[in-house]
Amino acid sequence: MSDQKIDDGKRTWIIASGCVGAIGAGFVAVPFVSSFLPSERERAAGAPVEVDIGGIRPGEKLTVEWRGKPVWIVRRTPEQLASLPKLDPLLADPQSKRKPDELTPPYARNEDRSIKPEYLVVVGVCTHLGCSPSDKFAPGAQPSLPDDWAGGFLCPCHGSTFDMAGRVYKDKPAPDNLEVPPHVYLSDSRILIGEEKKA
Amino acid sequence: MAEFQTAPAGASVGQKLLTWVDNRFPLTKLYNEHLGEYYAPKNLNIWYAFGALALLVLVMQILSGIFLTMHYKPDAAKAFESVEYIMRDVPWGWLVRYMHSTGASAFFIVVYLHMFRGLLYGSYRKPRELVWLFGCGIFLCMMAEGFFGYLLPWGQMSYWGAQVIVNLFSAVPFIGPDLSLLIRGDFVVGDATLNRFFAFHVIAVPLVLLGLVAAHIIALHEVGSNNPDGVEIKAHKDPKTGIALDGIPFQPYYTVHDIFIASVFLFIFSAVLFFAPEGGGYFLEANNFIEANPLKTPLHIAPVWYFTPFYSMLRATTDVMVNILAAILAVGGVLAILRGGFGAFGKIAVAVAAIVAIFLLKTFDAKFWGVVVMGGAVIVLFFLPWLDRSPARSIRYRPAWHRYLYIVFVILFFILGYLGTEPPSTGGNYVSQVGTLFYYGFFLLMPWWSRLGTFKPVPERIIFSAH
Repeated sequence: MSDQKIDDGKRTWIIASGCVGAIGAGFVAVPFVSSFLPSERERAAGAPVEVDIGGIRPGEKLTVEWRGKPVWIVRRTPEQLASLPKLDPLLADPQSKRKPDELTPPYARNEDRSIKPEYLVVVGVCTHLGCSPSDKFAPGAQPSLPDDWAGGFLCPCHGSTFDMAGRVYKDKPAPDNLEVPPHVYLSDSRILIGEEKKA
Repeated sequence: MAEFQTAPAGASVGQKLLTWVDNRFPLTKLYNEHLGEYYAPKNLNIWYAFGALALLVLVMQILSGIFLTMHYKPDAAKAFESVEYIMRDVPWGWLVRYMHSTGASAFFIVVYLHMFRGLLYGSYRKPRELVWLFGCGIFLCMMAEGFFGYLLPWGQMSYWGAQVIVNLFSAVPFIGPDLSLLIRGDFVVGDATLNRFFAFHVIAVPLVLLGLVAAHIIALHEVGSNNPDGVEIKAHKDPKTGIALDGIPFQPYYTVHDIFIASVFLFIFSAVLFFAPEGGGYFLEANNFIEANPLKTPLHIAPVWYFTPFYSMLRATTDVMVNILAAILAVGGVLAILRGGFGAFGKIAVAVAAIVAIFLLKTFDAKFWGVVVMGGAVIVLFFLPWLDRSPARSIRYRPAWHRYLYIVFVILFFILGYLGTEPPSTGGNYVSQVGTLFYYGFFLLMPWWSRLGTFKPVPERIIFSAH
């Protein structure tokens, strides 16, 4: 082989056709990779959910499914609401200023993160890795929680804690507060989750 | 191409058939290269059996897996039910299923021991770097298999485990959310996710895995096995035959060893399979016998034991830990500049790299760095051949304190594994942070510490006495 002359012209064409082939293979990959994306049917399944909240007693939580995720509606007691401002120094983002467009609609950018302070509406999915936190409404010392626990939520997966407004505590794995879904009150006891204005 | 051979006159039918085949396919040649004339060092000990055991478990997994697919339905509405159907109604289905689920844990036990053997005797050192790299690739494929496979029974742990791991990818800056959408194929873990994980688990990853296993063995048989003394047996060959003096044909000497050890292994495996198939909740978690419920996370979720050391490292990476890492980088950078033996440009490069790294650490969420720390703990293994600069390959000829370091490493790895199965706690988290730092220190500082200490003289040839 070594004593043969290299035909540069031929070599150029071999390289060129190799490159064209690689580009072609790249284009062929597009439909395959795209097939990983959610299908049209899955995209369509995201209708708003109407919920009757009249039956929730103070201190109770109702869970409904919206777009496959749990949405919590918590009717907070006056004591729970009163404890919220005191926690501000312990929280990572007490005023819900981070990523406001994704996490907190304008009407919930307040101390209690709600339209009506009594009712908290949040997506019950931890902003860390998507587990659903569990209720730890009772204040006081208990396993996995600090001794001065004021009531809130504890994510069982990695120990993130949230207060009764779904605000995340400092120095926890979860970076952000729980998401407040777009929602609107249709009447005093009915809310629509997934839409901001009355349809 | 080899010459066309003819069987000698009066040859048996078998010999004639073999000659016929050999003229068309290198059967005898392959047999000799990989078994009959593959010379392995005489002094291999029990640690060297785990490679063969891994192959045995791989075959068991493939066989039991094939039979499971005959009854399993990769459909979110039917998956859980079909696994229960296999367990209750399919004749001997419970055995096949438990064989597969227990086999997964057995596979990881055997492979962790196999990898530890490599660490003990420096089996990844030149010229066996590629053997080690293919092996690390196999380990990655096994982790992918374990992860994809665990979703298939569609229990609570399956669902929430997948939810957590897929969400890990959404922590990647910029492309993360789209990436996790691409993996799930839906906005939540659902039918689409289950269906594609099934495809990955039963065909895509196994194909890659088998290819890597072949490459691992071909590379090993090209360079020859290492041994507990860590000396190269090919350095002393019989001048006439060209065969290593300390070598012995794999078949029959090591095949007999391996068959015996495989029998012992199968005793233990069967005992677990029949009497404790769930491994006390470590091989199959109790929560996984409850059907997946997207609205309710189990109170305590933990991955299967073979992921937990790495999972602990993920949990250990909090904001405080990121600050510690930044401080370590700063100190490391300053030390490298003051004491490092490289020129002005090198020092400027180190300073710039350290500042950029610290800036990035503080810019992105601790959540993302948790993913990096967890992934990096596996990726760092790939670099082992170039991190170890010890003059002696085998632990036998390294300073005694190297041995203690290995012991501490193993103990911390176990502790990390244990903590990963436990609910998060403040104290546990501190221990995980120490463990994580030690794990990384062990590997990343290896170029430095592996050269320190007084090494014992490495013998010219292996130490071996026939019994």
